[in-house]
Amino acid sequence: MSGIAERAKELRGNRNAWLVPAVIALGVVYPFIEDGLSNLPVIGDFMPTTGTLVVMIAFTMMAVGLNIVVGYCGLLDLGYVAFYAVGAYTAGWLASQHFEQVTFHFGSSVDNDQVGIHVTMWVVLIFAGLLTMLAGILIGLPTLRLRGDYLAIVTLGFGEIIPQVVRNGDSFGGFNLTNGTFGIAPIDAVGFPVLSSIGFFPENFQTSDNRERWYYLIAFLLLLFTIFCSVRLRDSRLGRAWIAIREDETAAAAMGVPLMRTKTWSYALGAFFGGVAGAYYASFKSGAFPADFYFNISVFLLCMVILGGMGSIWGVTVGGMILAYLNFSGLSTIGSKIQDAGLDFDPTKYQFGIYGIIIVLMMLFRPAGLIPERRHKIELEEGVHDTPFYDVQTEGTLTDRDRSND
Amino acid sequence: MAVDNLVEVTKLRKEFGGLVATDDVDFTIPRGSIVALIGPNGAGKTTFFNQLTGVYKPTSGSIVFDGVEVRDLPPHAITALGIGRTFQNIRLFSQMTALENVLVGMHCRLSGGIIGSILKTGKVRREEAEARDRARELLTYSGLPRRHGERAGNLPYGDQRRLEVARALGTDPKLLLLDEPTAGMNPQETADFTAFVRRVRDEKGLTVLLIEHDMKIVMGVSERITVLEYGAKIAEGTAAEIQADERVIEAYLGKGAAA
Repeated sequence: MSGIAERAKELRGNRNAWLVPAVIALGVVYPFIEDGLSNLPVIGDFMPTTGTLVVMIAFTMMAVGLNIVVGYCGLLDLGYVAFYAVGAYTAGWLASQHFEQVTFHFGSSVDNDQVGIHVTMWVVLIFAGLLTMLAGILIGLPTLRLRGDYLAIVTLGFGEIIPQVVRNGDSFGGFNLTNGTFGIAPIDAVGFPVLSSIGFFPENFQTSDNRERWYYLIAFLLLLFTIFCSVRLRDSRLGRAWIAIREDETAAAAMGVPLMRTKTWSYALGAFFGGVAGAYYASFKSGAFPADFYFNISVFLLCMVILGGMGSIWGVTVGGMILAYLNFSGLSTIGSKIQDAGLDFDPTKYQFGIYGIIIVLMMLFRPAGLIPERRHKIELEEGVHDTPFYDVQTEGTLTDRDRSND
Repeated sequence: MAVDNLVEVTKLRKEFGGLVATDDVDFTIPRGSIVALIGPNGAGKTTFFNQLTGVYKPTSGSIVFDGVEVRDLPPHAITALGIGRTFQNIRLFSQMTALENVLVGMHCRLSGGIIGSILKTGKVRREEAEARDRARELLTYSGLPRRHGERAGNLPYGDQRRLEVARALGTDPKLLLLDEPTAGMNPQETADFTAFVRRVRDEKGLTVLLIEHDMKIVMGVSERITVLEYGAKIAEGTAAEIQADERVIEAYLGKGAAA
């Protein structure tokens, strides 16, 4: 009996071991086979372009970051867009001509006579992450004492405040911080100023032959990095404390988990990835505009987390890619197919209605998400040989969620 | 003083609005003893517990644990000082495995940081491996030799109670607070459990404070008993003294029963 169970575990382990490198390999080669794929009959039109994939990945990164807050720690954050904004504007401040009063260049590939601060995007990404983390801590310290609904309302408030601040921040006592409604543009491109001397690597993605392709490959690496950190954090002492807080805050405190510090860390680390993604995306589209940071982005990101499965990294990644795909490419493709068929219906007009329906259907039929969080059981059982606990689980304890765990 | 007290509570008072839940209670726990706190429903036993563990902040009075004033400390700091507890209505992390529950209990005894966890440095890896070994030991010690990977919520009731104790032991306490640990157990389980409490005290050198309804258990296991009624202490002493105390009999059985 236990032999079969172990064999099953092995197979399960094998499946995962095979799946991850396969997806990574597909991710790496995608931009090179994109042309071929888009020529395929029927499905070809639905293949996202490499440029669309960059946007999809940026939003998925944010969703994975949000998952640390909502999925692991159970803190409902309705203002995550604030972190995206902070990241994007950090890129604007440190890598554009915005601060024309100064001229400062550090490792950047732009011409040396350009005014403004031009720091290489690699440093900007780290800086954006850290600054967003700080923003997360500043927002978190006064608000994380609240529980449940109250926290959601306050984060909602912050999510509304930040876009208003950037929209009106063109004159802080005469100082132009955010350039108001015009936003900051252009923002410097990513590039390899040092590596480019050996050839192959472009000094500047913007001016290279394969702008999208390079942006995509780096975005893909950033996403993998985010997922990697997310997995490691989940399996750490801190990750356990987050899940304990999600399960029962009072018991967690009584077991020695410092609530404020642990929650603030989840907020700060969740914010970090939002900031990095925001800065990268701002560089990709070469601008940060206040109109990008509205409440519906926070909801959109939350939908990704819910669709994929709260707390499940792979679920959130898949959920994020699906929703971002529909939003940035899928719905319009479907729309044009419908138009071709002679029907007058444009799904892009109803996009949030469609996401709403998806969420309602998910809640009804698969509330734990596409790929539910599997409390990592197997690795914990190493060396413990045991017969199944119940032969038949027929009572209410076994839900759909449990079944899909197996 | 001849007796070395691990806990010294003086004039502890807690008011919820007009209700006095703890009424100027003085209370000491000698190191290494098993002490019981009894009293009818609503006597303020759990409120007293919650003040010891920092869940409630006392209105006035002082709680000195092992030489440190703890009345203004948050729960996690008190746990770090060495008070571990269980809950009257089981509060396990039900989606986590039994092993993980104990590991959460060990949170304040581990030091793995964020960068270390992401990089999985040798130090963090070793610490985690050792923590797991120790957690397994504690589970086995607490009467859960198997099913360490089972989700806590799926364990049967008695095992959940045992897991709560294992988790509390994970915090490496000097004082173990058990809030009605035998509630819902049958007589055999109860007897096993009381033997276990005594064994924990002897082998791990702990001090135990027990809340119980069941007089038989209290009389059997504890060296000293304190009786609360309406938030106030009405009696204190050995089992024999308590059994003979008129006010206690009155509190439990009503006026006239003592006569």
